[in-house]
Amino acid sequence: MLRFTVRRLLLLVPILIGLSILVFLWIRALPGSPAEALLGERATAESIAQIREQYGLDDPLYEQYWRYVQTLVQGDLGTSISSRRPVTTEIKERFPATIELTLAAGFFALLFGIPLGFFAAKRFGGIFDNSSLVLSLIGVSIPIFFLGIILKWIFAVRLGWLPSIGRQDVLIEADHPTNFYVLDGIVTRNWEAAWDAVKHLILPAIALASIPLALISRITRAAVLDVQNEDYVRTARAKGLPPRTVDSRHVFRNAMLPISTVIGLQVGLLLSGAILTETVFAFPGIGTWIQASIENRDYPVLQGGILFVAVIVVVVNILVDLSYGLLNPRIRLSGR
Amino acid sequence: MNKLLRTGVALAALSLLVAAVAAGSADRSAQASDTLVFGGAADPVVLDFALISDGESFRVLYQMTETLVGLKPGTTKIVPQLATSWKKSADGKTWTFNLRKNVRFHDGTPFNAAAVCANFNRWYNFRGALQSSSTSYYYNVVFAGFRYGKGALAPKNGLYRSCQAKGSNVAVIKLRRAFGPFLGILTIGPFAMQSPTAMKKYGADKGRLTADGVFQPLGTYGTAHPAGTGPFKFSSWKVGDNLEIVRNDDYWGKKPLLRRVIFRPIADNAARLQALQTGELDGYDLVEPQDIATIKRNKDLKVLDRPAFNVAYVTINQAVEPFDDLRVRQAVAYGLDRARVVKSFYAGRGEVAHEFMPSSIPGYASNVKKYAYNPAKAKALLKAAGLTLPVEVEFWWPSDVSRPYMPNPKNNFQAFAASLNKSGFKVVAKSAPWNPTYLGRQQAGTAGALNLIGWTGDYADADNFIGTFFRTEQEAWGFNDPKIFDLLNKALQETDLDARAALYQQANRYIMGTLLPGVPYAHTKPALGFRRSIVGFVPSPTTSESFASVRKLG
Repeated sequence: MLRFTVRRLLLLVPILIGLSILVFLWIRALPGSPAEALLGERATAESIAQIREQYGLDDPLYEQYWRYVQTLVQGDLGTSISSRRPVTTEIKERFPATIELTLAAGFFALLFGIPLGFFAAKRFGGIFDNSSLVLSLIGVSIPIFFLGIILKWIFAVRLGWLPSIGRQDVLIEADHPTNFYVLDGIVTRNWEAAWDAVKHLILPAIALASIPLALISRITRAAVLDVQNEDYVRTARAKGLPPRTVDSRHVFRNAMLPISTVIGLQVGLLLSGAILTETVFAFPGIGTWIQASIENRDYPVLQGGILFVAVIVVVVNILVDLSYGLLNPRIRLSGR
Repeated sequence: MNKLLRTGVALAALSLLVAAVAAGSADRSAQASDTLVFGGAADPVVLDFALISDGESFRVLYQMTETLVGLKPGTTKIVPQLATSWKKSADGKTWTFNLRKNVRFHDGTPFNAAAVCANFNRWYNFRGALQSSSTSYYYNVVFAGFRYGKGALAPKNGLYRSCQAKGSNVAVIKLRRAFGPFLGILTIGPFAMQSPTAMKKYGADKGRLTADGVFQPLGTYGTAHPAGTGPFKFSSWKVGDNLEIVRNDDYWGKKPLLRRVIFRPIADNAARLQALQTGELDGYDLVEPQDIATIKRNKDLKVLDRPAFNVAYVTINQAVEPFDDLRVRQAVAYGLDRARVVKSFYAGRGEVAHEFMPSSIPGYASNVKKYAYNPAKAKALLKAAGLTLPVEVEFWWPSDVSRPYMPNPKNNFQAFAASLNKSGFKVVAKSAPWNPTYLGRQQAGTAGALNLIGWTGDYADADNFIGTFFRTEQEAWGFNDPKIFDLLNKALQETDLDARAALYQQANRYIMGTLLPGVPYAHTKPALGFRRSIVGFVPSPTTSESFASVRKLG
């Protein structure tokens, strides 16, 4: 197990180097440059040249990359052009919001996705099964921003039940020691603030969960259908075990393996979906920030932000890999 | 039975949740009536007026700081603010300001002549990254020279010479040359007075130039301790979430009616609109043209117009033959169906432009030559110029861009091309991405004979429009006309406001008559959306409006 873990962690090194090169090159392949972005339509040829020189944008690519890696190794992701604040500071302040949103969406996707898939399989071919199929198709194919706007229109604008923007009502006085607002409310025993933070999470979490929910329910359904016809399930039934015991002990537990794989993959999906979701809901996380940096051509933010998100996705996937080892001895053994 | 029970419990839980959510949503109308929540597109960059050039920083800082001279609300008329009166010397190089007495900055520092000089000298003494136009954009553009500047930024190229405090309430500012727009320039925020004590204490000028060439402030003046003399003062700022300012109870003038104003950054247009509809916002700026009808239909909301402060125009490059011939340029002017473009593509927010500057600025002439759409006249002019019809013309438009004065360049281009094709021209369409290709070519004069472009003003002075365009020889226009250069340079140096206005009127008549360097076609009025209960907001063409006169009904 140790060797398996070490091998997986060592793999991180080439992945990270590759990622940094990819992100670096991708940013430089974008049209325009920070010089023009900074100066806008008042840019003159001289001022652009001056800024290009300041930025070292005329140096050979490998020199620029080397400088970039040098600052990166010191834990310095650069300074945002538009806010003039260090990228790492912004990540520190904003990432809790994204984690909170992603967790809420993940929770929502699991809470509804697994039972939905399970019951669809149990009623294979029935109305419930077919309608869940249609729903999950819609879930996968509807653009998040569109779903977000519709949800807001119904629940915020029309019904007035839920807020449409942000993480907290600005009129609520609240302290934020951890920057996880729900947790902050609980820790500081400010129940109004905690409940308000939950309300601010509901709509964005539903919008963000739409795709993973649909995928999880489909995979669950397929896995349950698969397992249902296994010999050991038939044996269990033949033994005369109550159907509920068969479902919970034999069918569900074994079906969970493929489901856990999908859940690991969803993290990347959730983080990329967060960019759109956060923008639509003006949710001050990593997503709105990266979205704004695209519009402002804020290169240090784009570079730092995307690298950060990519690293998170890679690390989470490695954690998921490792957890298989714990869940399933077969994977662990093949690692030898 | 078991199943029924479970379903029942599930349903009960669900309805409980819904009920809780519904009950928990506080009645928005019961929101504190002395707080206004305003939506911007982004956070301010930093709360130090000398170091910013973005609209979001402007909006917040205009509430907290004041300038020596201000603008009458909703206009570009210059009125006293921190200076109660002023006079200039005969040569226009020395300006004496009598200052308002008994005014204090938010940190308690008295506002006086020494503070005025401290501000001017702070700008003049900027070093290193602080001199960059990406940091101190306005000082860099207007005053140009820095004490420690080199090359183009050397002191001798600058406007500012010195500031002297005569007693505590008279400040004398000396310039290196007579400069007409001086008073007008002092009305803009970047030349607002900030507390010298607070700037020093909280390291306003401390910072470093990062590897990316960005000035990163290291002091806390601009993030946590800004201090001006304005009707509101800083309270708190959580970047990405909200920025709060509160009433300055020691304000020298009329105290604000609101107790506090909260600014929220919301980048998404649809999100801003929906937040206004739900009441999470009381108002927001930069309403998208397509959302205006939605706001107007809602009985709880309203739209306010900001006076136009921009111009969209078609450049005619005279370096390209036969456009050096006035008759051909006139044919272009008659061949552009400007009324149709403004009516079709500006969602009711545009007006046809007849000059290269908006009418709100002194110097706008009421009697310039006008060119109504007339294809027959255009053809006749081309023939008179000895050309065979149709005359081929390369016409450029920018892709991937939307500007306030040009919401959809492609639409404008297509309509103009169609009307030119009916007027004896044969348009060859060319297009490029806005930044950097299009802007680069436009400036270098390599974007065809005709191209679409425009300008949004920085400050309320004719020189910021027609002076910027026509005071010097520029490749974009391809002409060299000493007459207009001289006229505009004379106007630039004239410091008497009425005499200046007369010179600019003369220039506008010449530009639209004899010179016709291009065809201005639209000014647009940006829109603001508000809850109907918000009254007293007077939009300014230069976005310098104050929230001090705003209140919330009911």
